[in-house]
Amino acid sequence: MNDQTMTPEERAANLKGMGCARKRVEDVRFTQGKGNYVDDIKLDGMLFGAFARSPYAHARVVSVNKDAALAVPGVVAVLTAEDLAPLGLHWMPTLAGDKQMVLADGKVLFQGQEVAYVVAENRYIAADAAELVEVDYEELPVLTDPFEALKSDVVLREDLAGQTEGAHGPRKHHNHIFTWEQGDKDATEAVLGEADVVAEEMIYYHRTHPCPLETCGCVASMDKVTGKLTLYGTFQAPHAIRTVVSLISGLAEHNIRVISPDIGGGFGNKVGAYAGYVCSVVASIVTGQPVKWVENRMENLMSTAFARDYWMQGKIAATKDGKITGLWCHTTADHGGFDACADPTKFPAGFMNICTGSYDIPTAYLAVDGVYTNKAPGGVAYRCSFRVTEAAYFIERMIEVLAIKLNMDAAELRRINFIRKDQFPYQSALGWEYDSGDYHTAWDKALKAVDYEGLRAEQAQRIEDFKAGKTRKLLGIGLTHFTEIVGAGPVKNCDILGLGMFDSCEIRIHPTGSAIARLGTISQGQGHATTFAQIIASEIGLPADDITLEEGDTDTAPYGLGTYGSRSTPVAGAATAMAARKIRAKAQMIAAYLLEVHDNDVEWDVDRFAVKGAPERFKTMKEIAFAAYNQAIPGLEPGLEAVSYYDPPNMTYPFGAYICVMEIDVDTGEWDVRQFYALDDCGTRINPMIIEGQVHGGVTEALAIAMGQEIAYDEMGNVKTGTLMDFFIPTAWETPNYTTDHTVTPSPHHPIGAKGVGESPNVGGVPAFSNAVHDAFRPFGLVQSHMPHDHWRIWKIANGLGMHG
Amino acid sequence: MSKMHVKLNVNGKEVEGLAEPRTLLIHFLREDLKITGPHIGCETSHCGACTVDIDGKSVKSCTTFVAQVNGADITTVEGLTNDDGSLGVLQEMFREHHGLQCGFCTPGMITRAHRLLQENPNPTEEEIRFGMAGNLCRCTGYQNIVKAISASADMLNGQKEAAE
Repeated sequence: MNDQTMTPEERAANLKGMGCARKRVEDVRFTQGKGNYVDDIKLDGMLFGAFARSPYAHARVVSVNKDAALAVPGVVAVLTAEDLAPLGLHWMPTLAGDKQMVLADGKVLFQGQEVAYVVAENRYIAADAAELVEVDYEELPVLTDPFEALKSDVVLREDLAGQTEGAHGPRKHHNHIFTWEQGDKDATEAVLGEADVVAEEMIYYHRTHPCPLETCGCVASMDKVTGKLTLYGTFQAPHAIRTVVSLISGLAEHNIRVISPDIGGGFGNKVGAYAGYVCSVVASIVTGQPVKWVENRMENLMSTAFARDYWMQGKIAATKDGKITGLWCHTTADHGGFDACADPTKFPAGFMNICTGSYDIPTAYLAVDGVYTNKAPGGVAYRCSFRVTEAAYFIERMIEVLAIKLNMDAAELRRINFIRKDQFPYQSALGWEYDSGDYHTAWDKALKAVDYEGLRAEQAQRIEDFKAGKTRKLLGIGLTHFTEIVGAGPVKNCDILGLGMFDSCEIRIHPTGSAIARLGTISQGQGHATTFAQIIASEIGLPADDITLEEGDTDTAPYGLGTYGSRSTPVAGAATAMAARKIRAKAQMIAAYLLEVHDNDVEWDVDRFAVKGAPERFKTMKEIAFAAYNQAIPGLEPGLEAVSYYDPPNMTYPFGAYICVMEIDVDTGEWDVRQFYALDDCGTRINPMIIEGQVHGGVTEALAIAMGQEIAYDEMGNVKTGTLMDFFIPTAWETPNYTTDHTVTPSPHHPIGAKGVGESPNVGGVPAFSNAVHDAFRPFGLVQSHMPHDHWRIWKIANGLGMHG
Repeated sequence: MSKMHVKLNVNGKEVEGLAEPRTLLIHFLREDLKITGPHIGCETSHCGACTVDIDGKSVKSCTTFVAQVNGADITTVEGLTNDDGSLGVLQEMFREHHGLQCGFCTPGMITRAHRLLQENPNPTEEEIRFGMAGNLCRCTGYQNIVKAISASADMLNGQKEAAE
């Protein structure tokens, strides 16, 4: 093979660029146990931190006595709020414009809240001593129900007493955080008043937790000689963490280096800033030694970043033949003791206003009330873009509820209400501009793939058999057509703590034609080192195998807002393409100089610039790279590198059609997923193998959430699901095989047309599973039953419908 | 706390050290021996990220005292790489079939799969799913893990036949 005899297709294949199911470069180290996760980091003289935590959900902290803990040999320090107060670090700002206690300052607001931080020579001593911190608590009334909290005289946040204005407008009650309204209330109420049909239902999306297999942790290392703090940690947004650490600690930002090493899954859990990070930094500054803190699983589930907990009251109006005319939603959002939701500043309920879904709904109104309760703070987007999961679950349940009211087939009801292909770009009633879509094509492909008509016939027969006493199993067909909104976001309306949500990529081409690229994002399993190299390979014609990709070190990577909300491909992926195009533009000038023609007389051809009309006269990108470093080209600086900071003009709107077929035993409540079909349209596909893997994983997380996973509290505010014994994570045994499929509707505004996919399967999967349960019981009168649909709750549905004789 | 002397054979090498009676095997491996392939995911035996092979059995090292296994032969994922440094069959098949994403469960998964294929060289899909049910993965949905193990079984059986 040589450059002249290979066809353009062969040369393109050699690059392993976009569209190639390239094997992952990360896997060579991971499969050998050679990953470098935060708990693998060992520094000389490293100490360990551990928390003493509150056993109560609401209590006054009368006193903290650390004498017994300090007396344990090997204990170096014990920090309390009193120690942090002189530094102004006993409270910290949250991402949602609220503030949160780092260590209990006079009271505790949730079980598991951090009260004291013990620093010791090893993790065993730290754990021993944490047990010996003596705290005198005075119990207070506990509020775990947000509706009760809004009526109660009990003041949870005494620090906010008398403040009638919060970060997002007026507060109506001492336990109220904000009201967020979108759309036209009066017009929507008028539509509801005049409609042929209105379906109304309360849809609850329960509290759960991202629960990555690796918990949160960090190693803080203050070098007293250089004055530089190095902070290693499980950070999904390392640059934002650096800025936050600088702002709250007073350390100059150039004296802070944040490093996200390999991260063992994030799913939103690792976006926020936690007490453990602050205490470890302080402890390292105080002791002059590195300090490691890694939470255990119980601490992870109890204290860092829950997700969901939205009570969504819905009304949907339609004509008698099923054309939807209006949608109304009032959400009561349980935020726990502090408002630590991870949302862009102007969106206190995230992108919940995507709740009109895939449908052309002319009039809509959404109001969200945030409420304090005695539960853990968080409210992160668990494999989701800022409350999109809640929005998709809401509309996909409301469609089913409306179908029952209209006595219509739910697939047909969806079809007649989809936004049509010719309506894009589409302005939604709640303020978004959907970039592109072809919902009818996807829907028809999905229904055909599963033989929808055949399934309905089988279901009808099953119901006959059930009524005749021939079977005790029901068949449910769960439908979902979801539309996501990802890739936050345009800086003009999306920021976190004032930091615009752009992202970045820097590419340096080496003289021999290989390259290094650095991004402002950080992979937590998504395979960025593999896929972003593929984008560059296609854009500049160097093999992906010759491109190293680095992320997560704030001293070397360009500033970016990190990886969550499926934003890496839509934002950093775009920055990558744009940086590559800058390199290609310079390469064109170099090639023209070398070929002794005008810049406009050469054209790009896979991996080279060739003279127009004379393809045998060309310079490959490899040759151009070398020339960039060894030729004095008039008017051009030496070298070949570029950086791009990309501010997307709009978000992207991936969509998909999911269908779940489920068998349900009415006597035991057991379920079995017989078939799951997932069609995703994420625009241009960079690596089909990785897309498929993301869909498998995301649907499995959806299976967990819909069918059993929850963070449950008793009335005392005790966490009932604090270990993996009680917190459901499906094993290989419960998890079905999935059939994946796709259509391709590129984003018109993204440089390569890609939309992002990592979270789609969770957004679409939850309603698909939940709708399957509801669909199985629909013929027996079920309209709505809240998740999670564990065996006991399914049994209760059947029992409540009188199906147990 | 007084320490006791422990001796182990880890990945074919004799190692020894001092440990408190309460020291967990996972901590001894990770902190003392610097073998950081096995990970800590739950500390309650549920997730399997800490799975190691002890005297021919898959064991969760987060709930095992090192004192309990004094004198044992232990294999971790680091011991499943070929002698020439190339990826072992399971490691290669996990990569080939995209059986991992964040990589945190992977060392436990591969170590467990290694033992499963010793116990049952020709597992059905159902037997693989049952045999791997003690190891949790949050990223992959297991489908590709099952594929990787099935492909490893085929490859290992092929190698065995060729050798006979």
